Amino acid sequence: MSVGLRAEGLEFHYPGGPPVLTGLDLEVAAGERVAVLGPNGSGKTTFALHLNGLLELQGGRLHVGATDVHRDLDRAALVELRRRVGMVFQDADDQLFMQTVADDVAFGPANLGLTGDARTARVERALGAVHAGHLAMRTPHHLSGGEQRRVALATVLAMEPDVLVLDEPTANLDPFGRRQLAELLTGLTPTQLVVTHDLPFALATCPRSVIVADGRVVADAATIDLLADTALLGRYRLELPYGMRLV
Amino acid sequence: MGGRHARNASRDRATNRATSLHAHLHLPGHTVVHRLGAAPKIVGVVAFAIAVAVTPQRAWLVFGAEAAIAAGTVALARLPLRTALVRLAPVVPFLIVAALMPVVGRGARVDVDVGLFTLRLSREGLWAGGAVAAKTVLGATASVVLASTTPVPDIIGGLGRLRVPAALIAIVAFMLRYVDLLADQLRRMRTAMVARCHDPRWLWQARPIATSLGTLFVRTYERGERVHQAMLARGFTGTLPDGGRPLHQPPAREQVAPAALAGVPGLLAAAALVAWWLT
Repeated sequence: MSVGLRAEGLEFHYPGGPPVLTGLDLEVAAGERVAVLGPNGSGKTTFALHLNGLLELQGGRLHVGATDVHRDLDRAALVELRRRVGMVFQDADDQLFMQTVADDVAFGPANLGLTGDARTARVERALGAVHAGHLAMRTPHHLSGGEQRRVALATVLAMEPDVLVLDEPTANLDPFGRRQLAELLTGLTPTQLVVTHDLPFALATCPRSVIVADGRVVADAATIDLLADTALLGRYRLELPYGMRLV
Repeated sequence: MGGRHARNASRDRATNRATSLHAHLHLPGHTVVHRLGAAPKIVGVVAFAIAVAVTPQRAWLVFGAEAAIAAGTVALARLPLRTALVRLAPVVPFLIVAALMPVVGRGARVDVDVGLFTLRLSREGLWAGGAVAAKTVLGATASVVLASTTPVPDIIGGLGRLRVPAALIAIVAFMLRYVDLLADQLRRMRTAMVARCHDPRWLWQARPIATSLGTLFVRTYERGERVHQAMLARGFTGTLPDGGRPLHQPPAREQVAPAALAGVPGLLAAAALVAWWLT
């Protein structure tokens, strides 16, 4: 199953810091794949952390499916939110903290109270979905960058989420690993939010893109149209790789 | 992926493995010692260490039996002698202290003829030094055998099966998971310094090292926060599921008379205590 999400006027600042989100509005339909583009420090990651309840709402409203994400969610509601919204973090070494890949994939389902065969089945299904079944008993630290990223994705898929949020999924990936990941993502059913400044990757995975700058959504269009608008991209410190041009 | 790419990738991984701290301690093999379950192995090592620790100074027969067990296990596990000796290197400082004991010890002296001159050594010190040396080497050998024949996840699994408190297991597991990463980070910082012609030789040049240790601390702290966030994102509620034991069990390993093997050091300990009682 996949659900949509709706953010209205999100506001946020870190303690003692300047505002990071300044009225962010975004609506994503169920099953849609949307790239969140923007320069460094524009508030993309901060926004992503809200979707999973890792940062408390300071202003505005946020709905994930029918769930109203507000600051006073009790623990059970928070766990349910975190099951429904899967976060894949930027640094796989932060995400993969157990001794073996299989254990790491089992961590989420175990927190959901799954045991025995049901849990094993989840682990095998998730690893199978990212073509990483053969890595089950390996140590995460010894995997290649591409393998780590796929396994990190599996740790989240094992929770059977409705929404996938990926933070800079192509950081430190080689071109082959990047293409492999793009193919994987386009084959998955949950709603996806891909936070990135890798514009070709956004084009490969998401039909729609938004640009976030200074804590707000400043552009929202089909990815192909957005990336063809060189002037718009330039205004927000974004540009296609050298020699690449959309016509 | 072409053959060459695959080869390169596997070489990269191999290099990675060689430079990691704990992973290379395990030497894969198929001996009886390798196949033995981790839990009985841990019990065996702890029992053996206790037996060695309580062996009275002058019970040289018991030391002999313990040495035979240690050497026998090393042989049984087919550990390369050279590797085993290199891994015993951390005990060298203890051996130096042991070697000093006969020189600085009190009590009756014995003359030891060493060719050109004669040493007047303390009899008490000779016994004590000998016992310290034997105990350190024997205890360390047991842990070398454990680390060389058991993959880290299995050791953690074994601790879980032995009902070690979850918090302790979690600390051990996280430490082992991130110690390589930390070492890598330190190595990268050092490389970055050397690349800018830093070549510390004297104590007063230690400042950049100290600064980098501070940086490492901050980075580690930040990583801790990020890992915690990643755990929360997957429904972590403050206690590790399954008491910190491995969540996904590998197919059961063949267990070869674990109780018997763990029992031998226990019997030795009893024998040592009886010997001590009688003397």
